[in-house]
This record gives sequence, C-alpha cells and structure tokens, in this order.
Amino acid sequence: MSFLPYAVAAWLFLVGLYGIVTSRNLIHLVVCLTVVQSSTYVLLLAVGYREGAAAPIYADIPTSRPVVDPVVATLTLTDVVVEATVAALLLSLAVQAHRRFGTLDPDELGALRG
Amino acid sequence: MSVFGLGAAGTAALLVWGLAGLPSFGDFEGAYGQLLAHLTVPERHATSAVAVSTFDFRGLDTLGEEFILFTAAVGVLVLLRGQRADETVAAEPMHPRRPTADSRTLRSIATALAAPVLVLGAYVVSHGHLTPGGGFQGGVILMTAFLLVYLAGSHLHLAAIRPLSAMEGAEGVGAAGFALIGVGGIILAGAFLENFLGFGTTGNLVSGGVVPLLNVSVGIEVMGAILVIVGELLDQRFLVRKGDR
Amino acid sequence: METAPLAVAIPLLGAGGLAAVATRLGRAGAEAVALAAAVAVTALCVALLVRTGSGLEVYWFGGWEPRAGTAIGVSFAVDAIGAGLATLVSALMIAALVVMWRYRETEAPHFQILMLLFLAGMVGFCLSGDLFNLFVFFELMSVAAFALAGFKVEEDEAVEGSLNFAVTNTIGSFLVLTGIALVYGRTGTLNLAQMGGALEAHSVDGLVVMAFALLAAGFLVKAAVVPFHFWLADAYAVAPTPVCLLFAGAMSELGLYAVARIWFDCFAGAFGPEADSLRLVLIVAGSLTALLGAGMCLAQDHLKRLLAFATIAYVGVFLIGLGLLTAEGIAGAAIYVVADGLGKAALFATVAIIQHRRRRVSELALRGQGRALPFTGALLALGALSFAALPPFGTFLGKSMLEDELVATGYGAVIAVLIATSALTAGAVLRVIARVFLGWGPAADRPRATEEETKPEEEGAPDSTPAVMFVPAALLLAAALAIGLIPGTTEAFRTAAERFVDGPAYGRAVLDGVSPTGLATASSYSAPAHSYLYAALGLLGAACAAAISLFVPGGRWLRTPARLLGSAGTALRGLHSGHVGDYVAWLVLGVALLGGSFALALT
Repeated sequence: MSFLPYAVAAWLFLVGLYGIVTSRNLIHLVVCLTVVQSSTYVLLLAVGYREGAAAPIYADIPTSRPVVDPVVATLTLTDVVVEATVAALLLSLAVQAHRRFGTLDPDELGALRG
Repeated sequence: MSVFGLGAAGTAALLVWGLAGLPSFGDFEGAYGQLLAHLTVPERHATSAVAVSTFDFRGLDTLGEEFILFTAAVGVLVLLRGQRADETVAAEPMHPRRPTADSRTLRSIATALAAPVLVLGAYVVSHGHLTPGGGFQGGVILMTAFLLVYLAGSHLHLAAIRPLSAMEGAEGVGAAGFALIGVGGIILAGAFLENFLGFGTTGNLVSGGVVPLLNVSVGIEVMGAILVIVGELLDQRFLVRKGDR
Repeated sequence: METAPLAVAIPLLGAGGLAAVATRLGRAGAEAVALAAAVAVTALCVALLVRTGSGLEVYWFGGWEPRAGTAIGVSFAVDAIGAGLATLVSALMIAALVVMWRYRETEAPHFQILMLLFLAGMVGFCLSGDLFNLFVFFELMSVAAFALAGFKVEEDEAVEGSLNFAVTNTIGSFLVLTGIALVYGRTGTLNLAQMGGALEAHSVDGLVVMAFALLAAGFLVKAAVVPFHFWLADAYAVAPTPVCLLFAGAMSELGLYAVARIWFDCFAGAFGPEADSLRLVLIVAGSLTALLGAGMCLAQDHLKRLLAFATIAYVGVFLIGLGLLTAEGIAGAAIYVVADGLGKAALFATVAIIQHRRRRVSELALRGQGRALPFTGALLALGALSFAALPPFGTFLGKSMLEDELVATGYGAVIAVLIATSALTAGAVLRVIARVFLGWGPAADRPRATEEETKPEEEGAPDSTPAVMFVPAALLLAAALAIGLIPGTTEAFRTAAERFVDGPAYGRAVLDGVSPTGLATASSYSAPAHSYLYAALGLLGAACAAAISLFVPGGRWLRTPARLLGSAGTALRGLHSGHVGDYVAWLVLGVALLGGSFALALT
C-alpha cells in the first residue's frame, strides 16, 4: 500500500510515453506530454508526505505541529509553471503545423528526412 | 513499436527497482524541509512555509521559473506571428462582434463573475505569504477574470481590454520587477534576493519582508504572460487561412 | 563580490526591460541593449574565471548561509571549469548577435529577448551549485532554445524541427526531475555538495543507481548522445544559422558538463569502487555516438545537418573524455570542448555567409558556386583543419591528451575512434570545399536536402560579404588557434580539472566555507611524437574520406563495400525520419539501456 503512489507515478510516466509514441494527433501528443508531467508531480508530492502531518501553513496551527515537507511543494509549483509553458509553446507549434500542412497527424508532417 | 515496447519494459522494471528504495509513503524524514518549515515563522514572520520557501529560501528558482513563463509567452508570440506574411489576413477579425457564447445564461453568469473573480485574484496574490496561494495562483485567477469578459461578450471586447502591447509591457514589468527586487537585495542587504524589508508582525498583511512584493510582481507577470499566450491562440480563430473563402 | 548573480541578473533584466518598452526602441536599440548585456556578462565571466583560478567561489542567494553544515538557500559554486564554460557561452553569444545583424531582418525585439534569456539560462546553468536550480536554468535554456529553433516559422520544416526538439528535450527534463525526486527522497537535500556527503554515508542500492541513471539520461538527451540524438539534426537544420552557432558551440556541451558535475560532486563518493565499470559504459556510449555522428556527417548534403552530425560526433568524443573519470580526461575534454566549440561556431558563421551570398544550403546545389568567395573557402578550410585536430589548433592538444589518457587507463584501442571521428568530419568539410569552391565532383547528382532559403533582404544575392559576418568567423577561428598556441593553457586546464574532480574539497568549500588548499600548478603538456602521427593519420583519412564521398557515386571500383555501406547507410538515414514518435521510442529504449548498463556496472 505504501508503494502505491510511486507505482502510480511510474505508470503515468510510461502510459504518457506510450501515448506520445503512438499519437496520431499533435494536440493529443501535447496532452500526453502533460500526463508524463503529472507523473513527476505525483512522485515529488508523494516523496514529501508525512503521515499525520498538517499542511505547511502556520496560520491556524501552532509552530510545533509537524507539517509535510514544504520544499516538495515549492518544487512542484515551479515544475507546474515550467511545464505549462512548454505545453503552450508546443500547442502554438501544433497550430502552425495545422496551418502549414493542413493536418495534425505527426505521420503526415514529413518535411525533414535523413 | 517494438522498439518502444522493449524500451518501456526495461524502463518500467528499472523505475520500480529505483522507486523501491524510497522511504515508505508517509515516512519521509527529510531534514531540509523541516528546517525550512521551522524557520518560517521566527525568521520571516510569515505563516505560509511554502510561500517563504518559494520566494525567500529558494527565491532564485522562482526567479528562473518566472522568466521561463516569460520566455514561453515571447516564444508563443514569435511562433504564431509567421502567418501574417504569407496568408491573407482579414483587415479586421472576422465576425468580431459575434458573441462568443450562445447561451444567455452563460453570458449573464460570466458578466456577473468577472469583477468578483478579479477581487478574488487580488486577494490570493496579496495573501500568498499568509495562506495557500500567492503570485502564480493569483495571477492565473486574475487572468481568468479577463477571459470571463471574453465569454460574456465577444472577441472584440477582449481585444479592447487587453491590448497586446500593454500585456507584453505588464509581463516585462513583472518579470523585471522581480529581478530588480533581487538587485535591491544586493544594494540594501548584501546578497541577491536577500529579504531587505522589515518583517512586520506574523499574521498581518505586512509581514515577511519582500515576499508580498514578490508575490505581486509575479502575479502581474503571470497575468500578462498567460493573457498573451491565450490571446494569441484565440486570435487564430479569426485569421483567414490561405485557401479559405 | 556580486559577480556571479549579476552575470545572470543582467541578461534577465535586459530581456524584461526590452519587453517592457517593446517596439519603441527599434531594431538598432534592441540590438544595442542585447549586445551590451552580452558584453557585460562576458566581462563578468572572465572576472570570475580569473578569480577562481584553482579555487572555488561560493555565493549564497538570499543571504542564506549554511548553518551547522546544512545548506538552506540556493548557491552558486563556481570553479574554473564552470566559469570557463560560462565565458565561452557568452563570447559565442556576442558572435551570434553580431552575425545575426545582417543575416536576417528581425521585427520587434523578440529575437534579442529570446537570446538574452538563452544566455541567462546557460550562464546560470554553468555556475549553479544546487541540483534543482540546475534544473530550472536547464529549462530556461531549453524553452528559449525551442522558441529560437522555430524562429523562422514561415518555413514548413521549422515547425517540425522545433516540435521534435521540444518534445524530446522536455521528456529529457522529466527524466531529470524524476532523478531529482529520487535523490531528494534519499538525501533530503538539493545542494550538490551536501548530497555528495549524504550519498557517501549510505550504502548504494537501486535508488541511487537509478537516480544517477535518470539524471544522466536526461542531461544526455540535451547533449544528443546516441540514441537520444535524433532531434539535434532537425533542430539545427531549421534554426537560424547564427543561433546554430550557439547551439553547437555551447548548448550541447552543457549536458555533458552537468553529468560530470553531478558525478564528481555527488555520486563519485558513493560509487567509488565501481567507477571502472562505469568508465566502460560511458566510453562505449561515447564511441557509438562519435562513430554514428561522423558517419552520418559524411553522408549529408545539407550543410547545416552536416555540421549538426559533426556536433554529435564530437559530443561522443567529449563523452569518451569525460567517461575516463580522471582529471586528465576532464582536462583533455575541456580543452577540446573550448577549441572545438570555437571552431564549430566559426564553421556555422561561414555557412551563414554562404547562405547570405548564395541563398542555398544544399552542397550539391551549391556546386561550383563558391568560386567567387575565396576567403570564405579559406575559413572553411581552416575549420576543416580544426576538425582534423592538426597542430597548432587547440583541438590537437585536447585530442592528444585524451589519447594519452586512454592508453593510461587501458583503453588504447579507442584511439582509433578518435582518429576516425576527426578523419570523417574533416573529410566532410573538405568535400564541401572541393565541391562548392573548386567545382569538383560529378555534376549529375540531385540535391537530396530540401532547399532552405533565407529571406532576402534585397532582391538577388548580395555582392559582398558584410564585415559583421566575416569578422566574427575569422576571430573565432583565430581564437581556436590561439588556444593551441598560447603558452600556459595546458597548465591552466589541468589545474582546473584537478579542482573539478575533487568532490570532497568542493563539499567542504561550499558547506563549511573552507577555501580549498591551493593546488600545485600542474605541469605543462607537450604532445608526444605519436600524437603527431595520429594527427597525420587523421588528415590522411580525411582526404580519403573526402575523395571517396566526392567520387563514389560514379566510381566502379568500390562497388561491393560501397553498396553494403550504402544500404546500412540508407537504413540508418531512414531512422532519422523526422517523426517525433520514432524519436521518443528510441529515447525510451536508450533510457532502458543506459539504466540497465549502469545497474550492471554499479552494483
């Protein structure tokens, strides 16, 4: 049971990669990339969790109360912003691909060879 | 495909092997996180350990992250501008006055929500050092207020209230603002991004030193950058593609 | 004392400022701001380089010094190798900005903004001493690079190239992030120095091996080691040529730098006794990359793809140097990186000149068209000699140091790989000179590469090469020569390498503030006689390779081996399909292979 969150992270990672490899639509490909991203979020947050601890906000709890690790929250926050921006760039490229090639199918793009 | 199957099987096995070494879920004893959590209130008089961790202890990471968002917004502008050269562009967007949403209920609710969401966004941004939230989260909520205007009205309304240059200016100011505060740390306190303002009383809005200011700076930048991105993508609907009509 | 943060803050402020004033500055103003920032950063990095010498300079952000040996804030830990790389990066940025001035009209300051952000990312990456901070700057560098690669978005291939680049490198960064999560779960810290101490204190198990494997795999995707390399040729082919100058000279080497940094400062202590087996894995991976890159390089028709595969080949060579896991290997690789980076940048600048004057980038289509450009041809010839690692180029020094160290560690046979790489890559450039500038070779071949046109600023091809394009190329080649000629460089590099590999001293310097004890200045290196023999062999090989690839389509006497090589070549070229799903499939297989071989080597 205690391994389950990590297993979920590994599963998301691989399933997202499978989606990317077999994708027939660029938008679908970008969303699969976000699935792979979420695997890293799950992993980071699962690593920092402490049983029975509170959220790391001391507004209404005494400072002596154990809290979960705030550093992984910071890492995940940074990670979310970074990967969202990459997704935005990729989606713009998908839009451009549709305009240039008339299709969103990666198999049909084929301008670069060798 | 077989290449992938082989690779995936191998990677899966290796990942499980590696992950097995992690402490059980819930047993993490990392000293670094605990140290930071315990320093938050006494040293910075702020109550959100995550916010202080993001903007103070590890402020450099957040500076970088903010600039990555900025880069992506500029990148989207660059990547989506190409078609203006070789495709006919309507002198004005086609049907700009056509309402975005067909349902009156949707338009009414969106109109009603736009201003409260703006206030909510401002609240989340300014209270980031006290409660969950902060510049990034609040910036996105602020951006949503503008999108609600778009939903409530039509494309033209959005273009009127978020002229591209103003949004670019906003994100530039927000991004540079963070870096300037960092430089202020050098001048006023001794190290880049060092917290140089008074820390105030715990639990008050004015506490945590520069953390609230950084939150505001980030909030402006995030709002500007995401509006640029979303606006550019929305504009794509209205450009005439070559071969159409 | 604030040199290190300012080196990153200045380009960031420049970029933000340019966006805030947007189009009011005009092109000249934006260019001036960008150039000023790049020059300032170069000056700061040189100052850092001079100051660090054989020591280590540590800077703690936010004023958070470590308490009781525990790092709290984020640190920059600068040693000579890091400062040196940062200097190379910023110098190449100046060259790229200058060459771009006439290469292409850029409207609005977006290009300059992206370049400044790219600079900030790369410099921060070289200077950082914290693993997550390394990741953040890695991402900044990557996102700017994605946008720059797709800059010529009006061309169809730019979309595909940028897409392949972005998807593969983003998966690489997920690998890095997963590695970070694993190592954080074990050590509870993100500071490189502290991590080293913590890992050394615990026994090694699957987690530590996989953490290193994932981190290495992610960084090696950026470095384009086989089989993670497929994206590089596509990205280089479509990016504006001055940007390729930066990619080739600086960006690809940074991935290797990161792997070396985390090995020596975090994992070497934990894996100490197993280092020999890891050496084998890294040298094999490097050799594979070098040979594949060199072979594909020779087979290319598109000038930029040719140089892209040459870049991959040299990344393989650098990985071999790094894989030796010794100070001498690092020193040789470092000299080679600097000299080769300058040489490759000069070659890309020369290709930019050819594109500017002749509007074409396909070697076969350019046949004979270079006759009126003798100086450009001369530059290209010097670049070929730099590839061939001939004395007195700096590449010769680097190559001979690596050859000696390979023999010293028992891998003498790998010298053949080094010679073959130099021969094939130099041969490719020599063939280009022969075909384009001398008009040799059969005329009947169809150009295989797609035509890439730069947007003409005036109608027709310009009559003369603008100085802003020629001078940087010449200066870069002069610098590549200078590395080999200036006395004292080998001592400096060796001292820097000794400092780089000393993980425990790094840890003490960062956490306890103990300045590392001064190192005795290393002895100077003079290449032994057999190095000259190898260099001569390399040149001979280059000439043969050039001749064979120039004439073989019509030749009858090499039919069988040519056909065998040809079909293998065609199969290999078929793998480089441009389809992103294929690239990712190979990436995943590569991760499995790398992780598996690390597992076998390190447990």
